[in-house]
Amino acid sequence: MRPILMKGHERPLTFLKYNRDGDLLFSCAKDHTPTVWFADNGERLGTYRGHNGAVWSCDVSRDSTLLITGSADQTAKLWNVQTGTQLYTFNFDSPARSVDLGVGDKLVVITTDPFMELTSAIHVKRISHDPSNQTGESVLILKGPQGRINRAVWGPLNRTIISAGEDAVIRIWDSETGKLLKESDKETGHKKAITSLVKSPDGSHFLTGSLDKSAKLWDTRTLTLIKTYVTERPVNAVTMSPLLDHVVLGGGQDASAVTTTDHRAGKFEAKFFDRILQQEIGGVKGHFGPINALAFNPDGKSFSSGGEDGYVRLHHFDPDYFNIKI
Amino acid sequence: MADVMPVLEDRAAQLGIDLSQVDFDSIRLPPGEDFGIISDDEDLKEVDHLEFDQGFDNIIVVDNLPVVPSEKFDKLVGVIRKIYSQIGTIKEDELWMPVDASGKTLGYCFIEYNTPQEAELAKEKTHGYKLDRSHIFAVNMFDDIDKFMKVPDEWAPPETKPYTPGENLEQWLTDEKARDQFVIRAGSDTEVLWNDARHLKPEPVYKRSFWTESFVQWSPLGTYLATVHRQGAAVWGGASSFNRLMRFAHPQVKHIDFSPGERFLVTYSSHEPSNPRDTHRVVLNIFDVRTGKVMRDFKGSADEFSVGGAGGVTGVSWPVFRWGGGKDDKYFARIGKNVISVYETETFTLIDKKSLKVENVMDFNWSPTDPILALFVPELGGGNQPARVSLVQIPSKEELRQKNLFSVSDCKMYWQSNGDYLAVKVDRYTKTKKSTYTGFELFRIKERDIPIEVLELENKNDKILAFAWEPKGHRFAIIHGDSPRPDVSFYTMRSGTNTGRVVKLTTLKGKQANALYWSPAGRFIILAGLKVFNGQLEFYNVDELETMATAEHFMATDIEWDPTGRYVATAVTSVHEMENGFNIWSFNGKLLYRILKDHFFQFLWRPRPPSFLSPEKEEEIAKNLKKYSKKYEAEDQDVSMLLSEQDREKRRMLKDEWDRWVHEWKRLHEEEKMERQKLRDGEASDEEEEYEAKEVEVEELLDVTEEVVSFEYEQE
Repeated sequence: MRPILMKGHERPLTFLKYNRDGDLLFSCAKDHTPTVWFADNGERLGTYRGHNGAVWSCDVSRDSTLLITGSADQTAKLWNVQTGTQLYTFNFDSPARSVDLGVGDKLVVITTDPFMELTSAIHVKRISHDPSNQTGESVLILKGPQGRINRAVWGPLNRTIISAGEDAVIRIWDSETGKLLKESDKETGHKKAITSLVKSPDGSHFLTGSLDKSAKLWDTRTLTLIKTYVTERPVNAVTMSPLLDHVVLGGGQDASAVTTTDHRAGKFEAKFFDRILQQEIGGVKGHFGPINALAFNPDGKSFSSGGEDGYVRLHHFDPDYFNIKI
Repeated sequence: MADVMPVLEDRAAQLGIDLSQVDFDSIRLPPGEDFGIISDDEDLKEVDHLEFDQGFDNIIVVDNLPVVPSEKFDKLVGVIRKIYSQIGTIKEDELWMPVDASGKTLGYCFIEYNTPQEAELAKEKTHGYKLDRSHIFAVNMFDDIDKFMKVPDEWAPPETKPYTPGENLEQWLTDEKARDQFVIRAGSDTEVLWNDARHLKPEPVYKRSFWTESFVQWSPLGTYLATVHRQGAAVWGGASSFNRLMRFAHPQVKHIDFSPGERFLVTYSSHEPSNPRDTHRVVLNIFDVRTGKVMRDFKGSADEFSVGGAGGVTGVSWPVFRWGGGKDDKYFARIGKNVISVYETETFTLIDKKSLKVENVMDFNWSPTDPILALFVPELGGGNQPARVSLVQIPSKEELRQKNLFSVSDCKMYWQSNGDYLAVKVDRYTKTKKSTYTGFELFRIKERDIPIEVLELENKNDKILAFAWEPKGHRFAIIHGDSPRPDVSFYTMRSGTNTGRVVKLTTLKGKQANALYWSPAGRFIILAGLKVFNGQLEFYNVDELETMATAEHFMATDIEWDPTGRYVATAVTSVHEMENGFNIWSFNGKLLYRILKDHFFQFLWRPRPPSFLSPEKEEEIAKNLKKYSKKYEAEDQDVSMLLSEQDREKRRMLKDEWDRWVHEWKRLHEEEKMERQKLRDGEASDEEEEYEAKEVEVEELLDVTEEVVSFEYEQE
């Protein structure tokens, strides 16, 4: 498996997202320009210029026409995927961290960081079919969790919102009333900040990665802990294969400590685990820094990783990957 | 407050104030003034009187003073003050010598020091001080007087406690699977575990948080586990669990050391002096492990315990006492200035009541099995008197053998574990005295007249990085050469034809190694590259002279063979921040399992006492190993069968559980299908959402050419 190195960003990667067809890969980095690539050969297709700060996450509509990005410049922007033009800008009073489009692409959930005396918040906005009618009005604002909310995504049928962040607690909110429905158990849950959260393709379960060196698999509806995957490093990014029962964990020691040790000590590997047996299957090395972002192609035949080193590495699996038996 | 009210009411009546109109809570008294009114919580304070010590522990009583009339009183006080103020600061006017009605002294006095430590020291130093022939001081602590008064006049026979059988402290040796135990310390937890190599995991035995305050240590035969606390040390053991068997009080104990036969425990502490210019005070106690009795204590300044050897700047070199005479714990010795003091454990006194006088002795080492001391004396008088290594028999103090050495810079002595051989590594100056080179003097202790052989490396300038004898064997290994890629050489003291000569077996060139770890059973050795080499391991078979395996435990700091030589543990302790934990390997370098623990401090195998089998019996077993091993191999197979069975069962269960989840999700997903479509404005069916990889073959006709191919050969 020879990875394709995609060099285009000048700063550490923050987020990766494939479109539904799996032919485009969107990448966000701490430089200010989200980029779109051909998911097959890693060729750069274009960039989205307009942000004035690190871009933390993005999401793309089901029909691959609309892109939304959240940035540290205290805005979230809507883009035309094809032309790269800005369609609308949501303004906030603090950096926007995570964005996620709901089923039907009519709603978006955006989280904002705690900033000055503002606490973190989850905003729900309506996306208008016609960009000229778009308003910045919030349908719902949720507040409460301590510290940064690193990720908030929609539950089944847009009825719930699942959030996770620095306080290590996963919360499920009612997206209509804003009521807190469930909280993850302190005992069984994560012990340190949750850095990433990814839903299964059908939205029935989700995987969280945490600095407590583990990743956990939860049922979306009941918030039941199903599996725990333990590794040796803080986990920055997680993803799961849509094809096989594999989950991938990425991370590495803290970026600030990287230069103090041998590169082998950092373990900047994407680790593959068996989703059911919770056993490590293997790892993919290559990054020269912690892995910040991971994404699986929806066809399950390739995946990409984005690192603190500024590279996106695109891996197409060898045929023997599909016959791994443990 | 109740008793104040009537008084207050009277006074109010006098002044014509209506008390019911007064808001008492609004009255604020000036700070620090209570007008004699006791506040409600004041009486709490009174009850809560702290109980201090009586405070007499800094007073000593000096007895057996001369009895003098009043005219000589001042002179005597002067003499005593002179003696006692040298030791510490006597409190002002706190030297009190009582007199009788006629003004004659009574022959004793009381002295109060500033600190109890000074009083203690004064007692130690001057008890038995001879003022003159008939006046020998008897000094006691004032606090002890009570104790002495209470001694009954009649002797009563001590009560005999009925014998209660203790636990079998050696239960762990009877493990059916013949496993070994080890102790680990990580974070605040200390844990004892079985090494269950067949199941590729450890099995917990006992775990306890905050079991020790600094470290734990097994006794040399594995019977006890010692823990260290602020108040002293404790030993733990038992049949199934770990119970405290004995406590050894020793405030601020820093180091502990067992005698090889684990009969005695030496504890050590060093205390800050009250006067910063003084040296630290050192206290050593030797306890009997089973009874907990102090057999002997040693007190003194750090200087007294740090002469010779590797003392130097760091102070006392541990262990201060080195035990000799094999497993009987018969003798122990310590080095002093120009002396080696050898004590015996019958009476805990010096042998022949005097120390062994050796001018300028630098270092000494006991033979591990026999009461023989090897000692090293450096060159004296600028080379006029050669350096010397000598072997001294105890208790006769007879010199068995001596070797003079010239232009020596340093010597190090290595005993082989059976006491058969002694290797002395000698660093000598070159002629220019600018650099040193190294050679070995090899003593054959068990042979007649103790022949000595000189071994020099082929390349004389090679630095020696490590030296190790094969345990119970006749071979040794040396790492020599320059640091990035040194060589490793093996030598034998007993080759087939030449029994009396040391012969080189082989040299391995350019190994990334800086430490040698022989298996306790001999034959196998690990050439380890720790620290700068990041944990390179090479498992080497010295019988066959071949490498069995090379491996790496990244960042490894410690390597320990289990007492049987079957397994090896490599550990990364908390000197590194990351990778903390340990690996267990088989003797031939196969990684069995790996445990990660943050803040990992210690890994120690539980030692085993020596086998009770006679050497003949052991040989017989080694010869007929096939016969004996059959049983164990069958067991191993059973275990692995069982394991795979269990594993399959577990996997099946996990799979079933997962399938249940997936089934449920599918059902719910199906249920919500319509609503989802509605959310998407009726567009896109769910079938499309479930991504399916379809292989679509597209044939494209690029070009068609027709060609006439000749087919002569195909025609028949």
